[in-house]
Amino acid sequence: MSHSTTAAPPTPTAPPPPGDTPKRWRLSLARLDLRYSPYLYIAPFFLVFGIFGLYPMLRTAWMSLHDWDLIGDRTFIGLDNYTRLLSDEYFWNALINTFGIFALSTVPQLLLALFLANLLNRTLLRAKTFFRMAIFIPNVVSVAAVAIVFGMLYQREYGLVNWLLGFVGIDQIDWDGQTWSSWTAIASMVNWRWTGYNTLILLAGMQAIPRDLYEAAEIDGAGQWRQFWRITLPLLRPTFIFVVILSTIGGMQLFTEPLLFANGNIIGGAQREFQTLAMYMYEMGITNLNSAGYGAAVAWALFMVIGLMSLLNFVLVRRAAK
Amino acid sequence: MSLTTRRSRLAASALAAITALGGLAACGNDDEPVAGEKPSKLIVDTFGEFGYEELIKQYEKDTGIKIELRKTAQLGEYRPKLVRYLATGKGAGDVVALEEGILNEFKSNPRNWVDLAPLVDDHSEDYLPWKWELGKAPDGRLMGLPTDVGSLAVCYRKDLFEAAGLPTDRDAVSALWPDWDSFLETGRAYKEGSGGKALIDSITAVSDASLFQQGDDLFYDKENNIIADTSPAVKAAWDTAISMVDISAKAATWSPEWSTGFKRGSFAATFCPSWMLGIVAENSGEANKGKWDVAAVPGGGGNWGGSWLAVPAQSSYHEEAAKLAEFLTSATSQVEAFKAKGPLPTHLEALQDEVFLSYTNEYFSDAPTGKIFGASVSKIEPIHLGPKHQAVKENAFGLALRAFENGQASEDEAWQQFTKDAQTQGAF
Repeated sequence: MSHSTTAAPPTPTAPPPPGDTPKRWRLSLARLDLRYSPYLYIAPFFLVFGIFGLYPMLRTAWMSLHDWDLIGDRTFIGLDNYTRLLSDEYFWNALINTFGIFALSTVPQLLLALFLANLLNRTLLRAKTFFRMAIFIPNVVSVAAVAIVFGMLYQREYGLVNWLLGFVGIDQIDWDGQTWSSWTAIASMVNWRWTGYNTLILLAGMQAIPRDLYEAAEIDGAGQWRQFWRITLPLLRPTFIFVVILSTIGGMQLFTEPLLFANGNIIGGAQREFQTLAMYMYEMGITNLNSAGYGAAVAWALFMVIGLMSLLNFVLVRRAAK
Repeated sequence: MSLTTRRSRLAASALAAITALGGLAACGNDDEPVAGEKPSKLIVDTFGEFGYEELIKQYEKDTGIKIELRKTAQLGEYRPKLVRYLATGKGAGDVVALEEGILNEFKSNPRNWVDLAPLVDDHSEDYLPWKWELGKAPDGRLMGLPTDVGSLAVCYRKDLFEAAGLPTDRDAVSALWPDWDSFLETGRAYKEGSGGKALIDSITAVSDASLFQQGDDLFYDKENNIIADTSPAVKAAWDTAISMVDISAKAATWSPEWSTGFKRGSFAATFCPSWMLGIVAENSGEANKGKWDVAAVPGGGGNWGGSWLAVPAQSSYHEEAAKLAEFLTSATSQVEAFKAKGPLPTHLEALQDEVFLSYTNEYFSDAPTGKIFGASVSKIEPIHLGPKHQAVKENAFGLALRAFENGQASEDEAWQQFTKDAQTQGAF
């Protein structure tokens, strides 16, 4: 209290008080500023995160411990929802589907993105900006439009894909009627949409690699391929980890593409061939009004799966790079 | 622009404050309506097109109560809104439209709804009996007053029928299939005459039609226990659907195969609830105008869709809201609504109305759709749909049939899939 009274700014007419009080005051203010204002600057984010991120998460956790009817009663049942989850055939089915589609989309996608980024990084390439922009365009297209167009391409009787396959003698494929074919079709939508995005991030990572390393390698007689393996890949590691984790999170949460591929049916195929975890969560938590608590448990299971996968990715990519 | 948003935001927060105060004030008397006080405004929530615009203006003039009509275009967006209103206990209109599937689902928590019976006149003899019965909750309260009905007919392509050597006149076509056996025979004849083409789009369309004709308990018994595996009505509809697999184009309703199928003529007939006519016309395009016609459905009668008006318990004006719902579902209102937007009446007097009976559809070769659809709904016997009828029908029954139709499962496997999923989908 006494500090604040002494710290009051002196009026300009008053003679400077003895000693160096204003200087000290300014110094302590600067120190305060240095120490606390960064927290103030990032506070809005945490505030928003707290309201729209943390609170719903905790609320979902709370819901998952209940037998919760969205428009009716709720009773506390402890961990029963989670034990039920472990023996729920459809939960495991959704988990397998999610991983299957994830594998079919992420692996080829990242390999292709790496290849394209390396091409775009070449100094000799003409019209670079054009190619870099063009490759990003699929990502800007609305996901619903993508799903509808791909749904038409993969039609059984009049679809373009089956028509083309007909030329090489392959019979009509019922794309949404089998597990492997539906996974492939959905993965192709994801790949089309996200390859360009990942390419750009990888490209940015590549451009951060100092040019002189390549020049030195060239003088030493290393070819393009060798430069890629020995310089680009190792130095790209942090970017690559980032891209892999992003794709993992996206892949685990896959929802709109399979939902629209099923013409809006949340079950995902006549026998749940391509119902993802996010779809199962929605089915239990929102479509079925009276199993909202169970849906919340599925949501938390999904959260844990994503956490585990990200960790695993991180460890694997790091070790592989060593 | 910014001024108006700021002002509306201010208004919204003021409103929120008022509602909070109102909530506090209401604490004492729970959810009892404000008695004896005339409401300044009533809100009506509907989805799609109910044709209420003019009726509401008239009601405002007659009673002096201001009415706000909140329309949501798609049922898919409407349902989550309603669920939110009910889950949070505020926000719902004073009168809300409930579609068949939603109504049945909401019946398991009847406390959310006002019992209309003591608030309106006795209408138990006025409407189609099955429609009236479905408006009641398991605890006996009258949850909804009937609005419209889906009513079922068969849309068929005259040109394709002619090419396959079948009759094309709508009465002659209706006479081809008095029941499902003769429908199957017609399908086989069409297949032979057209060089192997399918008559109908999918077997799930058949099961939807024939389920409603059973006039019995379907997936649930009267105590709402799931009886999917033992119900004779369900088995009958299942068998009927399964028998049609040879004459089906295997194009599930709403799939891309289905919508292109209309243009390509992959199937020559489909089951048309009244609201489906517009969709058939849109999918088939201008080029096929006049090639479609409408005939009676096999087995006599059917329904797919339709709604009720209900009053949520959270409304402050139960009595006035009930009176408004009563007005909107009266015979004259139903005819007016039909003239405006085309929802089919359920009031027995409205079904006899001259305007309704003389209505024809230009796209479908001027078929007298009013007469055909009116006849179709009048033949239905009261049935009991359980709380999750819609989910069991679509996600257990329908998908199992589709797995069979796609060749993914044998009939036995599909039946196993259905009875298993009926338990999970139907649990409540």
